[in-house]
Amino acid sequence: MSATSPTDALSYYGRPIIKEPVWESDIPLYFFTGGLAGASDLLALGAQLSGNPRLRTSALAGATAGVAISPYFLIKDLGRPLRFLNMLRVFKVTSPMSVGTWIFSAESTATGIAAACRLFGVLPRVRAIAQVFAGLIGPAQATYTGALIAQSVVPAWHEARLELPVVFASSAAASAGGAAAILTPAEHAGPARRLGLIGGVAEVAASKLMEKRLGKLVGSVYHEGEAGKYSRLAAASTLAGSALMALAGRRRVGAIAAGALLLTGSLCNRFAVYHAGKQSARDPHHTSIPQKERGGRAIT
Amino acid sequence: MKTADGVETYGGEAQPRLGFFTDTSVCIGCKACEVACKEWNLVPEDGLAWTGHSYDNTGELNANTWRHVAFVEQQAPDPIKRGKNDFRWLMESDVCKHCTHAGCLDVCPTGAIFRTEFGTVVIQDDVCNGCGYCITACPFGVITKRELGGDGGMHKCTLCYDRLQDGMEPACAKACPTDSIQFGPLDELVERARQRCGDLVEAGVSEARLYLADENDGIGGAGAFFLLLDEPEVYGLPPQPVVPTKNLRTIWGAAAVAAGALAVGVAAAFLGGDE
Repeated sequence: MSATSPTDALSYYGRPIIKEPVWESDIPLYFFTGGLAGASDLLALGAQLSGNPRLRTSALAGATAGVAISPYFLIKDLGRPLRFLNMLRVFKVTSPMSVGTWIFSAESTATGIAAACRLFGVLPRVRAIAQVFAGLIGPAQATYTGALIAQSVVPAWHEARLELPVVFASSAAASAGGAAAILTPAEHAGPARRLGLIGGVAEVAASKLMEKRLGKLVGSVYHEGEAGKYSRLAAASTLAGSALMALAGRRRVGAIAAGALLLTGSLCNRFAVYHAGKQSARDPHHTSIPQKERGGRAIT
Repeated sequence: MKTADGVETYGGEAQPRLGFFTDTSVCIGCKACEVACKEWNLVPEDGLAWTGHSYDNTGELNANTWRHVAFVEQQAPDPIKRGKNDFRWLMESDVCKHCTHAGCLDVCPTGAIFRTEFGTVVIQDDVCNGCGYCITACPFGVITKRELGGDGGMHKCTLCYDRLQDGMEPACAKACPTDSIQFGPLDELVERARQRCGDLVEAGVSEARLYLADENDGIGGAGAFFLLLDEPEVYGLPPQPVVPTKNLRTIWGAAAVAAGALAVGVAAAFLGGDE
């Protein structure tokens, strides 16, 4: 190979084969706020059904905060923000973003109605119905974002298509549990603490499983650069939050610290996954080598 | 005449599927295709820079480059001038593949990307809201966002949709001086390409191969396919591209399982009572 040849035979001057996602940090921020909203709505529904109005109010507050801030991130990230309504002219099952647009529209509308009725103390029946509706869509809201990025050619996302929705669901559970534990007096916050704990442990386990199943080549993104940094931070924060929630969650200060750690862990996890995708898209080998191996051809 | 899948909605207006056969064995790297494309489609100038990568100062396909000529310099016997030297050029004019199963079209949430009556894949600029999902769904890295002048939309080759509607060939194919870029009904092009590839192999160019001409591959074959003289990745092309929607059911299934697990997890959290 001459000096003017490409640096390696498996790429064109080391250039990426696919393009790096153009999304900015608004998108992982939305994954976090959308997940928080979805799981919080489900928690609020559970509280409504089990007759725990104090917890229901806290969880609804978390969901309302989530759906209120999300559109800002979603619209801001568009190349042409004024055309955001164009998403509502079609419904396509082949596009998780299209399906997700409708899920989020329904989720935010129902949450908004429930929150408004609660705030003004009116229409209790409408509030209850809206709460049930929001709670039922909640799991879809918390998981479709995992399907959205899995439905791409980005190796670190597409090859993790089985794990990503679980990672996002558990991350959403941890954040919703953490937020509600912060906002609820300890004697009503049992379910929130347990959700934070279950979610946190599942989040770390699912993330590690995903990283492992991505294999040595593509999985390496979680040990390098920004993805590595956020991944370590997420695991440490979530594990500390889970442990603290189990040990000191009944005390006010303990619940606040544990909840904050779980929320931080969930947020960092979304950034880890986001950067993992960007990093793997930049590396031509992450695209070419697995494809050649699948094709049963020797790597020269 | 073969039409593309999905054009039946055009009824009587459906046209034979049109495409490109890019025969890299006769490409001379003149970049007339790049220039003609920019001129005809009013694709903006996006920087004049030296890459240091042979004669390739364009770099890649993107929103502002719809034809890109790759230059590879190899220390290997020239397959055509065999024995006379130990150096060869590989030159390839790359373009949007107009896939049979197009990831960009599948995931576009506004319906801006559509399949034309000619079976090609086109972005409607007046509908695109710049969400960028198509970028992540293209196995070839063809589409990007145009940031110039605050445009913000996604752009790529249209296979000169306007010229096609007037019965003319696309600008790049028109300008190509060696017929490395051939344009026409896809079934005719594939037949011609198989013949050409067979002739080359017979003449001793054993490395000649067709790329994306097989309708059983991961994208269902392409509307723009190639004759290559080395592995695809040498030209910056993915060796076995697969449209991500091929795994659509698995992905929605995984999301449904995760959603169910979340519901179970929340239910379990209520088992221990309020405290």
